[in-house]
Amino acid sequence: MAVFIQQLINGLTLGAIYGLIAIGYTMVFGIIGMVNFAHGDLFMVSAFIALIVFVLLTSVLGIGSIALALLIVLVVGMLLTSLWGWAIERVAYRPLRGAFRLAPLISAIGVSIFLSNFVQVIQGARNKPTPPMIRDVIVLFESQGYTVALAYKQLMIMVVTAILLAAFWYVVQKTPLGRAQRACAQDQRMAALLGVDVDRTISLTFVMGAALAAVAGTMYLVYYGVVSFSDGFVPGVKAFTAAVLGGIGSLPGAVLGGIVIGLIETLWSAYFSIEYKDVAAFSILAITLIFLPQGLLGKPDVEKV
Amino acid sequence: MAVLSQSTAAGAEARVPDRFVSASKDAGFAALVTLGLCVPLVTLRTDSEEGGELILVPRLGLTAALCLAIFFARLGYLLLWGKEARAARQPTSRKEAIKTVATPRHSLTTIGLPIALGFAIAYPLLVTVINGGLSEARYWIDLGILVLTYVMLGWGLNIVVGLAGLLDLGYVAFYAIGAYSYAILSTTFHISFWVCLPIAGMLAATWGVLLGFPVLRLRGDYLAIVTLAFGEIIRLVLINWVPVTNGGAGIASIPRASFFGLPFNDDDDGFAAFFHLEFSPMHRIVFLFYLILALATLTSIVTTRLRRLPVGRAWEALREDEIACRSLGINTTTTKLSAFATGALFGGLAGSFFAVRQGFVSPESFNFLESAIILAIVVLGGMGSQIGVVIAAAVMIAGPEMLRNLGFLKAIFGENFDPSEYRLLIFGLAMVVMMIWRPRGLVSTREPTVFLKERKSISSDLVKEGHG
Amino acid sequence: MRGETLLRVEHLTMRFGGLVAVNDLSFTAKAGDITALIGPNGAGKTTVFNCITGFYKPSEGRVALAHGGEAAFAAIEEATEKGARTLSVGDGAIHLLERMPDYIVTQHARVARTFQNIRLFSGMTVLENLLVAQHNPLMLASGYSVLGILGLSSYTTRQREAVELAKAWLERIGLTERADDPAGDLPYGAQRRLEIARAMCTKPILLCLDEPAAGLNPRESLELNTLLRDIRDRDETSLLLIEHDMTVVMEISDHVVVLDYGVKIADGSPEQVKNDPKVIGAYLGVEDEEVAAVEAEVEGRA
Ligand SMILES: Nc1ncnc2c1ncn2[C@@H]1O[C@H](COP(=O)(O)OP(=O)(O)OP(=O)(O)O)[C@@H](O)[C@H]1O
Ligand SMILES: [Mg+2]
Repeated sequence: MAVFIQQLINGLTLGAIYGLIAIGYTMVFGIIGMVNFAHGDLFMVSAFIALIVFVLLTSVLGIGSIALALLIVLVVGMLLTSLWGWAIERVAYRPLRGAFRLAPLISAIGVSIFLSNFVQVIQGARNKPTPPMIRDVIVLFESQGYTVALAYKQLMIMVVTAILLAAFWYVVQKTPLGRAQRACAQDQRMAALLGVDVDRTISLTFVMGAALAAVAGTMYLVYYGVVSFSDGFVPGVKAFTAAVLGGIGSLPGAVLGGIVIGLIETLWSAYFSIEYKDVAAFSILAITLIFLPQGLLGKPDVEKV
Repeated sequence: MAVLSQSTAAGAEARVPDRFVSASKDAGFAALVTLGLCVPLVTLRTDSEEGGELILVPRLGLTAALCLAIFFARLGYLLLWGKEARAARQPTSRKEAIKTVATPRHSLTTIGLPIALGFAIAYPLLVTVINGGLSEARYWIDLGILVLTYVMLGWGLNIVVGLAGLLDLGYVAFYAIGAYSYAILSTTFHISFWVCLPIAGMLAATWGVLLGFPVLRLRGDYLAIVTLAFGEIIRLVLINWVPVTNGGAGIASIPRASFFGLPFNDDDDGFAAFFHLEFSPMHRIVFLFYLILALATLTSIVTTRLRRLPVGRAWEALREDEIACRSLGINTTTTKLSAFATGALFGGLAGSFFAVRQGFVSPESFNFLESAIILAIVVLGGMGSQIGVVIAAAVMIAGPEMLRNLGFLKAIFGENFDPSEYRLLIFGLAMVVMMIWRPRGLVSTREPTVFLKERKSISSDLVKEGHG
Repeated sequence: MRGETLLRVEHLTMRFGGLVAVNDLSFTAKAGDITALIGPNGAGKTTVFNCITGFYKPSEGRVALAHGGEAAFAAIEEATEKGARTLSVGDGAIHLLERMPDYIVTQHARVARTFQNIRLFSGMTVLENLLVAQHNPLMLASGYSVLGILGLSSYTTRQREAVELAKAWLERIGLTERADDPAGDLPYGAQRRLEIARAMCTKPILLCLDEPAAGLNPRESLELNTLLRDIRDRDETSLLLIEHDMTVVMEISDHVVVLDYGVKIADGSPEQVKNDPKVIGAYLGVEDEEVAAVEAEVEGRA
């Protein structure tokens, strides 16, 4: 039981990170029906930005307070990653707006390959370990000699995720920007005719997705304390899986999917075999889709004849 | 943003200095964005010190160089190929220009393949003559083998994506299944290549059906993620199922193919002795070249024939409108399955070839990047077009390989410069640029499968790309 | 067998969530007839078609089609109880369409259809469209592709016959000249005719047309009437027709069924239906009692 609760905590933390990335996939898919394959690599880029800024703040500028440093890292990371998100959309996807469906997908795969290799060339191929950041834990209880603990960083990840989700949920549901996004998702041409600036709305969607990826990147760095240029692909695919599992296009679905994937992964590793944790996650995706073709929270897609 | 739209709004009559100013502004903006992107990713490089602590190495020069490069690239682009530049150069409207280009060119698609085949047959001879010897031409023949392997893979995937309109992001799984089938059957059971080849193809096709059956009712991007997941599952199983696959270490010493029973060695019963030739290790390489050429040609012939059969027409109809297909009594599930299985079959055959050529297989060869490359070849070639796939494979595979030869760049960038490090970086960029340049691929028109009076190519505007 | 019952729709109900699109609908269609299904927008006509052709599974009810004469209906209860899709009766057979997947309805029960918004294979040529419609017999002839790949002559002969059938239909719809053009390039009216010809290439005994005259100009509309009558009289095919254009309906149909809000409100000859106050009320959007008043008002103004 104790082990189970501990794994539950770990799974939720991991799921929160996946969820944050998954929102980027889901929002972009919702609005332009495209799988932004480069999103996972953007997440990796943001982790690198966070790493560099963190080292800059702590060892070069000598800021002593980790909390303050992390806050600055988060803000700077979100800004710079958003710029990346904006630039990628502008250069690689916008010229393909309205082109046939596979062209942006291939372009996105190209961006993904470019980003990971760019970081490899520019920052080196080796793993980059960070100085340890937050090591304290809250001991929840002990049973049969097994200590169940909630690390502060896990708590932080969950809290930050929850706050940001609430904020983005508000933006999408209650603001004019959110309304414009939903209008573009329904029918871009009609939205444009009614005075919605479609290009700007789509740009902002990418910016929002990138900002959330930056949060995920920072959290990832804090949680694992190491990052490398190839760390974008696997979390990216997992988050995409989460988005599809939750029902692509649905924000709560993305988070739910992220948590489900995170839990499957940690529980499978704990009780079965760590080698096959990804196989388990992917298989559960396939099985879920066979029985629920629109994902957990997606709108069933009625085939009107 | 504002600068961008202003510059386009300036209209065709803008005078040259105006154009220059607005282009410079635009380029300046691009440079500024580049600066934002480079800070801190480029400007500060993280390096590990002795104790493992990270230190930051500033690289202001590189940052400045990148920003300047983007500035001049953007400026040059706007002045030479920008909207206004083009408008200034040709007063006729762009629409007209497009029309004249867009008249269907039957020639490329109908005579392109025979020409490509002829060239491929002559290729080993050609490179031997040019390089002054068979052994000297080894690099080129190897490159030819590589390109042909991707041509075959592209053609195989083309059946699934280009004809049936089903997005498959895990095609490499079938390539892996073919490769490992041969590797395991030959090393464990000592079965010869010629027996294994069809077995590997059939195994891959069977897996295609097994995977396809549950997932083919999924649409579009759901199908894409499930096929991607399948590709990853296969790779992970190859890594972790050590007793059978030998895990990440891979399977080595896979027996080589023989020339219909004659091994390529300098024994008395070898290929060289039998044909009274002097033994050369190049015989095997040339043989491999013609083997993959034959396999690729087989793929092409079978696909061309299938397209003219009811099943091929049903694939294309499925891509155009699945509901209409069902209203005409077509069982869409079996039709999709047949496309999936046929594509997988050729992937499996190519995989066997890969294993016999390398003599070594490991899970690393079958990662997502391979699937992405093959898909990019299909899309860039023009979905459904066979000659397009040939051109795209040559560009995408041979192009980056050429980078390895650019040793002279060392003279410019210093001795530490390794051009092959930039191979994938440029590859990724090229994928983006080529998609923007030709979103519908190089050969985008569709050739009808039958005609009454005249064969007319169908413009890509009318051809759909499928939803599944 | 003309004049015998071909299709029996019994207590058909189709619900989408809370919405009842078709409610307890029963009617029959006779062989050799053109049966029209009319009603205001949203009445549930297309939904009835979708239930007949297997695209939707009805929530309740039965849709039975007889091959080889109405005697086959004698076995309807037996088939229902057995859970069979098809039951042979003498040299005929009874088909329970609501149990069949869509493609089986066309392949075995030989019911073909067109769509309200045209669904051609726009990137394929006109001729190819007509060949795709002959998929099943051609597939058989090509030995499920295996023999076809080897280039067997029996397949070549069969394919030539298929092209001949397509040519005959192109002749009938006046598109011979455009056989090698992509279907998406045809003008609207020609696309509608091509869709009908494509459905006919499956050799159906019942052809369901969803608003075939929509968007046609008056001349094309007249040509369509001729084509439909021609199909009824020359081919062994009966027609079920959804149509808003009353002149077309009155002109060519032998029997009219009227739907409103998913419920049948009239059923009879065109003459009977035309004068039914319920029908007029449904189309004018008023209650039955007010029909007389509204009519008087309209006439008074005119
Ligand atoms: N797949 C579906 N899911 C939900 N509701 C549906 C579906 N198909 C039809 N409906 C609803 O059923 C009702 C009847 O629709 P239907 O298309 O059958 O009308 P119709 O008589 O063909 O109208 P029209 O003359 O406009 O074509 C409508 O309210 C429609 O919105
Ligand atoms: Mg309708």
